[in-house]
Amino acid sequence: MKGYSASGILSAVKEGRGGVFVAHSKNTQDCACVRFPNPEKVVLPMQQHIGAPCEPVVKAGDEVKVGQLIADTDKFVSAPIHATVSGKVTAVGDVKLPNGVISKAVTIESDGEMAVFEGIEPPKVSSRDDFVKAVRASGLVGLGGAGFPTHVKLAFSPDKNIDTLVVNAAECEPYITVDYRECLDNSEYVIRGILALKQYLGFKQVVIAVEDNKPKAIDKLSETIKKLAPEDHSIRIMALKSKYPQGAEKMMVLSATGRKVPPGKLPADVGCVVMNVASVAFIARYLETGKPLVSRSLTVDGSAIHTPQNVRVPIGTSIDSIIEFCGGFKEEPFKIITGGPMMGLAIIGTDLPVLKQNNAILAFADGTFKVKPETDCIRCGRCAEACPMSLMPTLVARFAKAKDVNSLQKSGVVVCMECGSCSYVCPAGKPLVQHMRLAKSILREAGAKK
Amino acid sequence: MSVSKKLTVSASPHVRSSATATGIMLDVIIALIPSLIAATVIFGYRVLMITIVTVGSAVLSEYLCRKVMKRHNTIGDLSAVVTGLLLGFNLPVSIPLWMAAIGSVVAIVVVKQMFGGIGQNFVNPALVGRIVLMASFPTQMATWAAKSQFIDVSTTASPLSQLKTMFTEGSISFSGDMPKLWQMLVGLRLGSVGEVCAAALILGGIYLIIRRVISPAIPLTYIGTVALIMLIAGKGNLTFVAYHLLSGGLMLGAIFMATDYSTTPINFKGKLIFGVGCGLLTAMIRLFGSLPEGVSFSIIIMNILVPHIERLTTPKPFGTPKEEKKKKEAEAK
Repeated sequence: MKGYSASGILSAVKEGRGGVFVAHSKNTQDCACVRFPNPEKVVLPMQQHIGAPCEPVVKAGDEVKVGQLIADTDKFVSAPIHATVSGKVTAVGDVKLPNGVISKAVTIESDGEMAVFEGIEPPKVSSRDDFVKAVRASGLVGLGGAGFPTHVKLAFSPDKNIDTLVVNAAECEPYITVDYRECLDNSEYVIRGILALKQYLGFKQVVIAVEDNKPKAIDKLSETIKKLAPEDHSIRIMALKSKYPQGAEKMMVLSATGRKVPPGKLPADVGCVVMNVASVAFIARYLETGKPLVSRSLTVDGSAIHTPQNVRVPIGTSIDSIIEFCGGFKEEPFKIITGGPMMGLAIIGTDLPVLKQNNAILAFADGTFKVKPETDCIRCGRCAEACPMSLMPTLVARFAKAKDVNSLQKSGVVVCMECGSCSYVCPAGKPLVQHMRLAKSILREAGAKK
Repeated sequence: MSVSKKLTVSASPHVRSSATATGIMLDVIIALIPSLIAATVIFGYRVLMITIVTVGSAVLSEYLCRKVMKRHNTIGDLSAVVTGLLLGFNLPVSIPLWMAAIGSVVAIVVVKQMFGGIGQNFVNPALVGRIVLMASFPTQMATWAAKSQFIDVSTTASPLSQLKTMFTEGSISFSGDMPKLWQMLVGLRLGSVGEVCAAALILGGIYLIIRRVISPAIPLTYIGTVALIMLIAGKGNLTFVAYHLLSGGLMLGAIFMATDYSTTPINFKGKLIFGVGCGLLTAMIRLFGSLPEGVSFSIIIMNILVPHIERLTTPKPFGTPKEEKKKKEAEAK
C-alpha cells in the first residue's frame, strides 16, 4: 500500500490548521451490520431532511407495503418518504422529533410480512435528468447526518464546471462505525455507485476520503476499484490524518482538492460535490433494484448499552425497541445521543423514531464524560488553534455576550459549522459552541431587522 | 434497566478534553521546580523562605481580594501560586521578606484582581510587582551580595555591565573576572534568585513545550532576536552573544514571563511579532539604555501593545478570498 501512504503524507501537508484529537472509541468496528427484526410499528415523520416537509398521500386505514410512497411534495428541496414496513396506516398526526420540532407523521402498524410493494422496479435511467429524478424518487438524503436531499446536490447544470466527486468515508466522529462497515461489507456497491455518478454527471475525478485509522477500509476499497474498474485511474483513495473534524464538508474539499470553499459558498462553487459513502452505495443499490430508502444502518454504542453493535433498521423504528434489541441498558442511562458525541443531539426520551439521517444511537451512563466546571477564560488560545474555520471563539463569545453586532459581523462567525472543537479543547470548560450559535442567531435577528 | 430518571439533555459536544486551567497552571509550577531547586542550591535556603512568602502572600491576597469583591474564589486555579513563584524568582536573595510580600500584594491586588482577575490583566503581574519594588526600594533590589559557597562576591562583577562597557568602548575582550560561560549556564553568577540557572529554565521551557502549555514561538523569536542583534553589535563575536543570552533575566523572561496567556497575543503571527518586539527592546535597552537590564520593561511595553498586535493579526475566516482580504484591510485603515 505504498500509494496510500504517499497520499497520506500529501494530505498531511495540504491539511489546514485546526482540529482536535478525540479518542476514537470505535468499539463496534468489527461488528458487521445485524438486521433488526420486523418492528411492530413505525413512525415516519414528514420532516426527515433539510427543506420542505412532505405531505402524506395515505390516510388512516390504508394498507401499505414496503417501498410504497406515503408522502411527497412538489417542492424541490425535499425528499419523498416511503413505507418501511407492510401493514396498516393507523394514524396521521403530530409527533415530536428529537430536535423538539413538532412534525406531522404517518404511523404504520406492521403486519409482520414485510411484503414489498408491487410497483417497485429498477428505474429506467438513460440521461442526466433521468438520473437526478431517480435519485429524488428514491427518497435519498445525506446519510452521514445532515440529511440534505441528495438530488438537490446532483441537479447542477453540465456547464457549471463541477469536476470532482468527493466520497466522504472519513467518519471522524467517535464511536460511529457504520460508514466503515459500508466500506468493508458493501465496497462493490460503493464503487458501482461512483461509476454511475461518473457516468451520468460527468465527474472527471473521484476522491474517496478515509481517515488513516481505518486501513482495512482503504485496502478493501482499493481492491474493489482494481476489480470493478481496472482501467479507471480517475478514482483515488485518500488517507486523511485521523483528526476531528476531517469529515466536515469544507475540510473534505480542501484535503481532496486543495480548494477552499469561501464563506457563504458551497462545495459546488469550487467544482466539488461531497457525498457520504453510504449514500453513494445506496444509489448503486437503488439503480439495481428500485427499492427506495426504507432502512439504514446505525451504530448503537455507549457505556450504558448492553451489547454495542451495528444494526440495520427500518426507518421509523422506535429508538426504544432498537436499544432493547441490543440487550437493553446495562447501566442507568444518563444521556442518550442521536449521532456522534461531538455534534450529535441529546434526546429527551427513547420514544422517538429513527430518522433517515440518524447514524448512531449512543447511550452513556453517568460519569462516562467528565463534566468540567466552567471557570474564567485564561486566554490560552486553544479554541482559536482548534477552530478549523480560523475563527476566534473566545472573542466571538465575548462579542455575543455584549450583543455587539458590528464586531460579530467582522468576526466571520457565520462560517462556523458548530463542530464543537472549541468547546472540546477549552480548559475553562466554556460552552463556546453555544456562544457561537448565539452569535449567529444575534446576526440573523439583526439581519431580519434590516 | 430502563430509563427511570430523566435523561440529561445538553448541547453538543458531549465529550470534553481533560485539560483544565488548574492543570495548565500545575504544569507551569512543575516547569519552575528545577529552577527553584537550582536557586536553593546556589543561594541557600533563604530562596525557599522568599518563595514561601511570595507564594503565600499572593494566594492570601487573591483570596481576600475575591472575598472583598464578593466574587467566586479562584485560588484553586493555582495562577496566584505561579505569580508568587515568578515574583520570588525576580528578587535578589538578600531582599527583606516583608518587601517580597509587598511585591506579591501589588501583583495580585493592583495588577490582576483590579482588572478582573485571571485572563483579564493587561500586564504581567509578577513583572509589575518587581518594577514597583525596584522603584520603591532601589538599594535592596540592587544588592546582589550573596551568602553562597559557590560564588565569590568580591571578585565577581556584573556580566551585563561589563558587556555594556565592552560595547560602548568598542573593544570586545573577555577578562578573567567574568564568570566562565559554563558558570553562566549552570547559574554560578549574581542575579535574581530564579534567573541565574539558564539550564534549569530551559529544561522547564522544554517541558512546557512538550506538554503544549506554551508555543515555542515567543521564546524562540525573543531569544533569536536578541542573539541576532548582539551578533551584529559584537561584530560577529559568538562569545559576546552567548554571554548576552545567558545574562540577566532573558531566559526567565522569554520562557516564563513573555509566554503568559493573559498578556500575550493568541495568534501565531501575533506571537511572532510579540517575541521579535521583546527581543528588539531588550537588546536596545542593554546596548543603549542607562539600565543594565531591560527584560522586564521590554515585556511590559509589549504587553501593552498586545491589543494592537492582535487587531493586526486576527486571521481571516477559512476560505476568505485574497482580494477580499486586501479590501478588508484597506477598509480597516
